Amino acid sequence: MSKILLHGTEAICEGALRNGCRAFFGYPITPQNEVPEYMSVKMPQLGGVFVQAESEVAAINMVYGAAGAGVRAMTSSSSPGVSLKQEGISYVACARIPCVIVNVMRAGPGLGGIQPAQGDYFQATKGGGHGDYHLIVLAPSSVQEACDFTYQAFDLSDKYRVPAMILADGMIGQLMEPVELPPVRSLADIPKKEWATDGRFGEKRRVLNSLLIEPDVLEPHVNALAATYEEIKKNEARCERYKTEDAEIVLTAYGTVARICKSAADHLREQGIKAGCIRPITVFPFPEREYAAVAAQPQVKALLDVELSLGQMVEDVRLSVAGKKPVFFYGRTGGNVPSEEEIVEQAKKALASAKEGV
Amino acid sequence: MKVFEKTKMLTDAHMHYCPGCTHGIVHRILAESIEELGLEEKCIGIAPVGCAVFAYNYFNCDMQEAAHGRAPAVATGIKRCLPDRTVFVYQGDGDLASIGMAETVHAAARGEKFTVIFINNSIYGMTGGQMAPTTLVGQKATTCQSGRDPAVNGYPIRICELLATLDAPYYIERVSTQDVKHVLAAKKAIKKALKFQSEGRGYTFIEVLVSCPTNWHMQPVEALRFMAEECTKTFPLGVFRDKSQEEGNAHA
Repeated sequence: MSKILLHGTEAICEGALRNGCRAFFGYPITPQNEVPEYMSVKMPQLGGVFVQAESEVAAINMVYGAAGAGVRAMTSSSSPGVSLKQEGISYVACARIPCVIVNVMRAGPGLGGIQPAQGDYFQATKGGGHGDYHLIVLAPSSVQEACDFTYQAFDLSDKYRVPAMILADGMIGQLMEPVELPPVRSLADIPKKEWATDGRFGEKRRVLNSLLIEPDVLEPHVNALAATYEEIKKNEARCERYKTEDAEIVLTAYGTVARICKSAADHLREQGIKAGCIRPITVFPFPEREYAAVAAQPQVKALLDVELSLGQMVEDVRLSVAGKKPVFFYGRTGGNVPSEEEIVEQAKKALASAKEGV
Repeated sequence: MKVFEKTKMLTDAHMHYCPGCTHGIVHRILAESIEELGLEEKCIGIAPVGCAVFAYNYFNCDMQEAAHGRAPAVATGIKRCLPDRTVFVYQGDGDLASIGMAETVHAAARGEKFTVIFINNSIYGMTGGQMAPTTLVGQKATTCQSGRDPAVNGYPIRICELLATLDAPYYIERVSTQDVKHVLAAKKAIKKALKFQSEGRGYTFIEVLVSCPTNWHMQPVEALRFMAEECTKTFPLGVFRDKSQEEGNAHA
């Protein structure tokens, strides 16, 4: 199949539209404005719904309503806007309303900056809003993946009745790359949602709710959510390994940084240093077993985690590696992206430290 | 001979409302209106946060429970996707006029084609009687214990009047539950709003004055008198927008 040149945000939209997304609610924020702009054109053409909401808070609650009525619905934003959505995300998670939330991360905290960052990893993978819950979180590292993962996110979210998030960074969102578009899914092919509140029409009425005021009702509900997360961990954790078979130093990163790490690994190999990469595709569930397996390889001396943050994913890396090998960290913030050379230098330092037993 | 039958649009669940509260009356007239218009099968309701949070247990139709103040956004999501359904939003004054003011105004400005039932009892009931955006000047609440002082707390917000400044709303009326006559008028207004919705006419908004004997610290009868004599001074009853009249064809 032929490829077409697509912008990261357009790829996200196409992934959604081609897998039956028929409702989009958004609010302008850089660097993801092309998502609502694209959807405002495409949705009416497909008989879908586009509303520019009055706020991020309203947008996620429109998703609650639409997705609760059984329609595949999505919202998109960037870091400060995603913070505003956290209330609604906690509600959709508790009421078990499947939907997709896109975060094209920019630098924080606060209003921060508009350049790429990965400072929302904790928020995305550990819950984000109040209460015990998780999202299924996919982290694209190319425009192709931005399209494919958004497509897949709708199926995963429906399957488990757990909201899904696309955790992209400003670089992936603003990049243009050739993309092979997935085929258009027929709406008739999407399984009917028996729990959806779309009018009872002679059947038993349905209620979507996140208020379970009796402790002995809420606790089993939370436990059922936890059991679902365990299922997701068992079935859906994904990662990519690059030249780790004989690597002494294993670089690890997600999104944009993973691309730079792969180039850095090649660069290191040109200099005679056996380097490889491991990158999570799902950051929740985190691919713990794969990380443990890589760390257990006898020739691996150390791992170097690189992020556009002060060190967030590194905590999951360390938990997975569980002390088998030293895990070093290098991060840039403020919207700065590390160069290949910077990572090469950091990798050499990490390897030297590991060999000295520091 | 059948003299009376409870509407099928209400479940048999015991309501949790305090004695003398008129929420139950509004539930009933809303449920009867939906049933009488034959809309119950395709009806989807949105419950708020506040005293009516358990409304999803009482209305015998598909229901979604919204976050505090977000019901109009939730309703927007549903009604835009399923325009042939009847969607109603049931909200109190804290939910609608305070934390949910943005959602309220913007849904009205967009002319979302659902029906809002706004319960105004001038107080936060569920949380124990704090000052609401609709608390009357001088009225006591647990967060303004000497009475609402405009110098400190500002003035109550008149939502019908505020929404009537917008172009999109189709029908806006304020009614009361102070006595049988007014309850019947309230039902007529609610039914009219739902009928307009079923005809796809536009945004419909009914504000209903309701008493809160518990948090007003009054006997139920005294509370109804207070509603009739005091609340209606700040919140005058009446029609603030009726485009069916402006169009010169009364459909009610």
